[in-house]
Parts: sequence; structure tokens; C-alpha cells
Amino acid sequence: MSLLSVRDLTVKFSNRTGALTALNGISFDLARGERLGIVGESGAGKSITGFALMNLLSQPGFIDGGQILFEGEDVTQMSKKQVRDMRGNRMAMIFQDPMVTLNPVLTIGQQMVETLRAHRKLSFEEARQIALVKLKEVYIPSPVERFEQYPHELSGGMRQRIIIAMALLLDPKLIIADEPTTALDVTIQADIMELLLEMCQSNQVGLILITHDLGVVSQVTERTMVMYAGRIIENGPTRSIINDPQHPYTQGLISALPQQTQPGQRLKQIPGVMPTLSDMPSGCPFHPRCDHATETCKSQVPDISQSGESFVACHEVHRLQKELASEAAQ
Amino acid sequence: MSLDKENGPLLRVKGLEKRFNLDQGFLESLKFSSGKLTRETRAVHAVNNISFDVDRGDAICVVGESGCGKSTVARMVAGLIAPSGGEIHYDGERIDGLRGKDLLPLRKKIQMIFQNPYASLNPRMTIGQTLAEPLRYHNPSMSKGALQDKAAAVMKSVGIDPAWGARFAHELSGGQRQRIAIARALTVDPEFIVADEPISALDVSIQAQVLNLMLEMQEAHGLTYLFITHDLSVVEHFGTKVIVLYLGSICEVADTQTLFSNPKHPYTKALLSAVPQLKDDRSNHIRLKGEIPTPINLPSGCPFRSRCPLSDARCASEKPMPLQKDDGSVVACHAVEEERVDALNWV
Repeated sequence: MSLLSVRDLTVKFSNRTGALTALNGISFDLARGERLGIVGESGAGKSITGFALMNLLSQPGFIDGGQILFEGEDVTQMSKKQVRDMRGNRMAMIFQDPMVTLNPVLTIGQQMVETLRAHRKLSFEEARQIALVKLKEVYIPSPVERFEQYPHELSGGMRQRIIIAMALLLDPKLIIADEPTTALDVTIQADIMELLLEMCQSNQVGLILITHDLGVVSQVTERTMVMYAGRIIENGPTRSIINDPQHPYTQGLISALPQQTQPGQRLKQIPGVMPTLSDMPSGCPFHPRCDHATETCKSQVPDISQSGESFVACHEVHRLQKELASEAAQ
Repeated sequence: MSLDKENGPLLRVKGLEKRFNLDQGFLESLKFSSGKLTRETRAVHAVNNISFDVDRGDAICVVGESGCGKSTVARMVAGLIAPSGGEIHYDGERIDGLRGKDLLPLRKKIQMIFQNPYASLNPRMTIGQTLAEPLRYHNPSMSKGALQDKAAAVMKSVGIDPAWGARFAHELSGGQRQRIAIARALTVDPEFIVADEPISALDVSIQAQVLNLMLEMQEAHGLTYLFITHDLSVVEHFGTKVIVLYLGSICEVADTQTLFSNPKHPYTKALLSAVPQLKDDRSNHIRLKGEIPTPINLPSGCPFRSRCPLSDARCASEKPMPLQKDDGSVVACHAVEEERVDALNWV
């Protein structure tokens, strides 16, 4: 049985005129200890997916259908008490900005002990010992002193390490990391990503890494899901997505990176911008920006189907693959 | 000192310094220590003794981690803040210390593009007004029709339909706004553009569009860029020359190709190794110990020594001077000078 199984998840945001669809029937699975990357541009629905999995959506957002089976239980049907019991305990989340995530008026120690004692019957001293062990695990120098310090006394990288230690406190089965290093410098980012990878591997924790950085996804995850305008458009092994992207959007995203072009040459660019929720085109949401769009693309939403090692939502993917193959043969 | 107008560099920065005082008033500077009342003012040493040249047509990139003084350098060059010391020469003339009316002709030549197009465009002005304002300011005699024609021409050149002149900034997406910000910088036909993280706030596919636009504009108008960024893959693509800053001091200055194929300073090596690679999943990242020290009390000697695996007694006492290497790069490191880097095979 997979750790997490999402089926036809739809999330809407209500407004004056009705509701806008932010997530449009997405389905995916995550095995135990598997590391999955979710990539896409802002507004693609990456973070909404993460929030929905934790049942953290608040008004005006709501889950409008579908199932989120986490260890066999449906998160969408849980009572408030069950949800509270699950969050932080079996499923933990790491957010983008560590300064906003930590409570500025409590010491690091108070926050860690609070989390532990909310879920387990422990004395303060027992909880403190567990917290100190976790701080040591994430390579925090002199954890005993850090335990007494406030978040503002620590640097950004140190704070994000503490967030990771807190996420690991109760030995969760799944960690959802929403852009965990976007606010940090590259050297610190590399450290944090290495740490996250090591923690997930040594503790057999599943990871959902939400990011816009394909480089980070390529180094940390085993499988990658590309989202566009509230849909999953490609889902497959990370290596094959990076080396052999199937969907025209994924191809565009990868070839738009400066590393993919000779210095001084023009970068390959995807024309236009992602549609807004209120102004979604008919058919495939990517067709106004796609070079290969046909009449079918304008009227019908493509189903997700297998192509190569990945699952791709594109009407033309098989034709494009054939063309590529014949070009290569010539 | 005046430089040769024709052959000299377009911009020459010599010994540039910037300190921001932390204790502003008299009372704030009073400190009580060991039974005595003393006066001391603490300062953030944002930029320390930086020198570099920018030639015509260069796209010089300044890279470094947050807090290393990149943006402060950009703002001093653009004349937005005054340096605490050192000289800035533009086209043979000294420009630091200019004030008020004297700055006007310079502002026409040096324009700036900022990081966040959501904050740098006035939400209460239409796009047309935004673009016409700098023109009107620098050319008071220009007629209304000529202003509009020029604004429309610039909009067309950056790929924005001139009919959008009547729109407001909130009606545009991030990439379109950044196009407008670039257009606004170009309306007065500048020679030199200071761009402070112009694509960091944008999505990958939009970043490519904006970078391409900046390259096109460079070709079309013969622009020279001072490009501030933390994204090394952009530097490799866009820059002709790179300055690596650490804690307000220069570590290394080199041609882009030289820097990426043969980085010399230990910090440059660590920075390059930290960039997540797309194809290669073998991570050979160099771990630096610790974090950037605070710029309030600068460490003695080399600013990088607290995190450097090669630091020794000399690094602790003596600040390394930038030295020219055979391939034209300039490196400030005792270990490189003493050729200790290659001996210690840590990469």
C-alpha cells in the first residue's frame, strides 16, 4: 500500500460570482520513503496541493471533491481532532520563510517541547532530551545553548535547520517542504538540501518537495510532477523528466534555463504567461502558449497517459515523439 | 585625476567604501563600560575598499550572498546613495559627491532597473505616464506629442503594445511589469544601466524573456550593464566580466569564461559548487563551515578566513590585497598567492 494516494483532488476558491478552480482533479501516489518533487511556476497550484494534503486550506479555499488517502485514511473526511492528531505527528510541513514559521516570543526549546508534549505524554525533561537529540542530528552546533535562544538570535540557515529538526521531532512518515530554501543563499541552500536528503533517507521519511527550481528537484528527488494551471501535466522519474521531457511545457521550462544555452545566445523562451484562474482557456490550458497546438487541443482537455517512462497530459505527445524519433533516425 | 575620455574605461571605481552608522544620535552613541561613560559609534561596514573598471559594452556582473554589499555598490554607482570614501569616475569625470542639479545630466546617462517590478512602478500612474515622466523631466522643452511618440516607440521596442499606455501597473503580469521598468530606463537613451536583481522576482519562463530583452537592448542601443545577481547560471550566460564580493570586499574579478572554467579564490569555488546542477546528480558541493560574520565588527585580516579551509596565521593578521594573475583575473587571497590552493586537493 502506498503511503499517500491522492485521487481526483479538486480545490476551489469561492468569490462573489461563484468559485474558481485552483486544483483540477489531480491524482498521484507516493510510496513509503519516496521523494517526490512538485515543480511549476507561481500560480500552478503547487502550494495549494501541499496545503490540501495537510488539510490546511482556509476560507475562501475549500476541497470540492476527491480523496486524499494517507496511510489508508481519508484526510478530507477527518474530524478536527483527527486532523490535529495527524499534523506535525505523522505528516509535517516545512515552509518557505523560517522567520515566519517560528514563534518570535518563544525560545527554540519551548517551541520544540510544546510540539512534543502536544502529541505525547512526556515530562518537560524527557521532551527536552528528545529535542536536543534532534538538534544534534541536524548539525546544530552547541544545541544546549540554542535550546534557550530566541529565533531572532539565529541566522536564516540555522533557523531552517531548526524547522527541519522540529518537523522530524515526532518521526513523521511524510514531510511536505514548500520552497524550503527560496529565502536562503545558494551556499546555505546546498547545505539544507543535503541535510533534508540525508534525514529522509536515514529515517525512511517520504518527502514532497515543492519548488520552482529544477536544479534542486534534480538533486534531491526520485520522481517529479510538473504542474500547470491547476493540473498535473507530467509525472515521472526525475532523471527521465530532466533528460527527456515529454510535455511541450516541461521541454520549454527546461530549455529556458540559462545553463541550456551557449553564453551570448538568446535563451529559448516560452511565449506568453500562465492563464489566471478566472480566465482559463478551453481545452488544454497550455494551448495558447504551445507551438504544437491543434484544433483538438483547443476544445478537449487531454487525459494523462503513459509516454516513455512518464505519464503525460498532452494530445500531441505521441506524434511529437514519433517526429523526434524520425528526426533522430535521419 | 582625469581619465582619457576615448580610451579609458566608461566607469572606474577606486577604493569605494560605505559605512552605515548604527548609532545615529549623541545619546545612542553613549556607552557605559567598566565604570566609565564613553562615546562610541558602531557602523555596518557594507562596502570596503572596492576598485574595478567597466569598459564600454561590458556586462559586468556582481555576485555574492545576501549582505555582501552588492546592492550598496549598485546604488552608489547609480548615485542614489553617497559613498563614505573612495572615488567613482564616469567617462573621465568624478561623479561621487555630485548633488542636486549637477546630477541631472548624469541621471540621463545612468539609469537603474530594480528587483521588484511590483514595488518600482507607481500604482497610481498609467504606463504611458510612467514612461513619459523621465522624458519630460530631462527634456522640459519636448512637446506632448513628441513625448507620447517616444514612449510608444520604446514600448514597441520592448515588445509591449503601445495601446497599453492607458493601463495601470496592476493590470499587468510580473514579466510585463519588468518590461515596463526596462522601457522606463530606456526612454532617456542612457549609456549605462545598473540592474539590481532584475529577474529574481520572476518565474523561470519569464526570466528567459526578460534576459533576452536585456540582451537585445544591449545590441540595439550599445548599452553597458552593471548587473547585480545571486544567480550564477544567469551570470555565466549574461556577463562578460564577474566581480565576486564577500562581506563588502572583492574576492575575485575575472572574465566570465575564466571564472567559470578556472575559479581561483576558495570562496568562488565554494559558491560555484553550491549551484544545483541539472544533469549531474553526483553532488560535489564544498561545505563551508559556519556562516557569514556580521559586517558590524569585521574580522581582522581576510574577511573569508572564518569559513575558509585554507586559512592560516597570515590570513588572520593581514588582509589580502587583490593581485593580478596570468590569465587576467584578480584574486585577493593569501593561499592563492602562496599557491597553497592546489596543494590541498579539497575540490
